Parts: sequence; structure tokens; C-alpha cells
Amino acid sequence: MACTGEDVRAALYRVVETVREHRDELVELDRVIGDGDHGENLRRGFDAWAAAPTGESPAEVLKQLATTLISKVGGAAGPLYGTAFLRASTAVRDLAELDAAAVVAALRAGLDGVVARGKAEPGDKTMVDALAPAVTAAESAVTVSEALEAAARAAAEGAEATRDLVARKGRASYLGERSAGHIDPGARSTALILRALLP
Amino acid sequence: MISLVLVSHSARLAEGLAELAGQMAPDVPIAGIGGLEGALGTDFAAVHAALEACEGEVAVLYDLGSARMTAELAIESLAEPDRAVLVEAPFVEGAVAAAVAAQGGEGLRAVIDAAVSAGTRAEATAAAEGCVLAERAGFTAELVNEIGLHARPAAALARAVAGLDARVTVTKGGQRADAASVLGLLGLDARKGDSLVVTADGADATRALEAVRGLIESGFGES
Repeated sequence: MACTGEDVRAALYRVVETVREHRDELVELDRVIGDGDHGENLRRGFDAWAAAPTGESPAEVLKQLATTLISKVGGAAGPLYGTAFLRASTAVRDLAELDAAAVVAALRAGLDGVVARGKAEPGDKTMVDALAPAVTAAESAVTVSEALEAAARAAAEGAEATRDLVARKGRASYLGERSAGHIDPGARSTALILRALLP
Repeated sequence: MISLVLVSHSARLAEGLAELAGQMAPDVPIAGIGGLEGALGTDFAAVHAALEACEGEVAVLYDLGSARMTAELAIESLAEPDRAVLVEAPFVEGAVAAAVAAQGGEGLRAVIDAAVSAGTRAEATAAAEGCVLAERAGFTAELVNEIGLHARPAAALARAVAGLDARVTVTKGGQRADAASVLGLLGLDARKGDSLVVTADGADATRALEAVRGLIESGFGES
């Protein structure tokens, strides 16, 4: 699987579709333990990007997505996903085509950005619980497809495992013990986005 | 003068807090930025623009987690990120305390400290100070104004001692408050007819006491 700027844009269009399809599900997850805006905020952000994507190289495409999300999302997902994609953009430098190592570097940089911005650790019932295992799983991959496949699978498992956790970050943390029993919407959207990157 | 930028999820909350803090600090530039496209949310571009519009140093307060992240990003993207500081403080109390400190001509560090320590009630202030009243100059006065030591009088009192080299303490019953702390003063819940003991030490103690006595006895200018 080649991964040029064009391919990155195609992958992100799949993400846009996925976010639209799962908007209501994410809203519902967030309504239970948060403020109920996650699905709509993400949809608004990704739709705004899809309306006017620019950039040629993978880094340019990712950077423009990041700045759009930061400006348009409004909730925590804006600065968090925005920082993730911004760091990913920096990590792939001026490469015209991404190999597995570059994809892993981008995922790793994205995770580092989310952790730096949100100050969450694994087990806090946040998107980190999906993204951190995804990065680890992708690291041994040889091809881009393998890396994305492994990341998506690990993220899905990680998101599912947030069901039993008690939230220690974000709006859900105000619920304390009552946040257990529900999947974290941010972890779920992270898993959905990583799955959608695969063709 | 230090400016304040207040970042909220809600336009009305931001606007209302800017109004509330501004009442006690009429000269301080205060921007309340809340909401995104007419709904709840935080608007990166608007926060960034508000920060850029401030002259000099800015203290930035926020309401909830994602507002912190948006504010952080906006600060990082400033041409001179060092002139804005994100303050970890209670949103309402912190903004009011910061505004009063800024109005008193305090520098960024002191404004931040005022915000961070806001919400500490009079009892806690007294416990931390542990000062001996008997060794300090002071006077006793009765509150004569109708609304007592409410927000505006408390702010006036805090402003009167700001900038002076004096530690001024106001005591009501067993409760003590630092006169520089509007919230500490409000925490006394002092009303018309209550007797206050005001003490001070420091190089400007006499001037500070005179200023405070003048305010209390004149009913804080209320007619």
C-alpha cells in the first residue's frame, strides 16, 4: 500500500464518512458520561475539513486537517485530535510517501501530543486507552497496511476495555464511579478513525 | 496593566464573568470569550484573536478542561507566547481576584497569585497567617453602609491597600481576612452594624489604616 499525500487524503475522506455514520452513536456514548457533543463536534470538524481540503504532501494534508479541527470542533476533541494530527504532520516531515516506519512515527507523535495536551495516562478512560495500545501494536509492522491493521485492532480492544474503567480525566471524571459501565466516547472515536484509515 | 482573557464553553458565562469581574476593576481590559458558532464550545480563533488584541501581559483563566486545551493552543500560537500565562484557578473567584489585583496595578505574578489563592475563605487565610493581633497597630470600626462588606466595598477596600507596603488584616468575630483579598473579605460576610477590627503592619501600615478607616467610616461612598 503506497501512502502519498493523495492516499492520506483518501484515507481521511473515509474517516469523514465514518464520523458521519457514527455521529449518533458517539453522541449517545458521550451523552451518558459526558456532555453529549462528541459526535456532533467531530462531525462538524471533519466535515469542515472535507469541504476544502488543501495540501499536497502527507504532512501538508495532516497539518491542514489539524488546524481545521482545532478551529471547528469546539469540544475537547478539537485541541486533542488537532494536536495529534499536528504532531503527526511534523513527524512525517517532507516525505512524499509514507512507509510503515513513518506511519508508526506519526502515530507515536500523535499519542505523545494527546498525552501532552490532555495530561491523561493509560487507564484514565480517555482516547489514550485506544491510542496507546494502537501505537504499541503498530510498531512491529513491516508494511503500512500491517501497521494500520494492527493499530485499528488494538485500538478497538482498548476502546472496549474502557467500559470497566472509572474516568479520571475529562467531563466524565465528574461522575466518578458512575462512569464505569460505559465505553469512553473519545476512545471509541479513536478506534473508529484508525479503522477508517484502512482502505 | 495586566489584561484578562476568560475562556468558557458558554458565551453567556464568559460575558457575565467579564461583567462581574469588570465591576470591581473598571480599568482592566477583560475579554470573556465563550461558545462556538452560537453553541456551547470553545473557539480557538476567537481566543487567539482576543489574546493578540491585548497589549502587554495577559492572565488567561478557563472554565473546564477543554477550554484549558484551547487556551493553551492559542497561547502557544501567539507571536510572543511568553506574554500570556494560563492560570489554574477557580474560574469565577479567580477572575474576580485577578481583576482586582490587576486594577491595583499589580504585576503578572501577583495577579496570578491572587487568582490561584482565590476561593480560600477567611478562616483559612487566618490560619495560614497566624499573626498576633495585639502587636499590630489597628482600630475598631462599625460598618455603617447598607450593603455591608459586599462585593463593591470589598473591592474598594482591597484596592485601597494594594500597592502599599503593609499587611492589613480585617477581623470580624473570630474570623480574619487579608484586606488585599476580595474573596477573603467577602468570606467574612460582614453586614451593616458589624464591628470590624482592622490591624496592619509594614512600612505603610499607618497610611493603610487611614485609608481603610476612611472607607469604612464614609460608608464606602454609598449615599
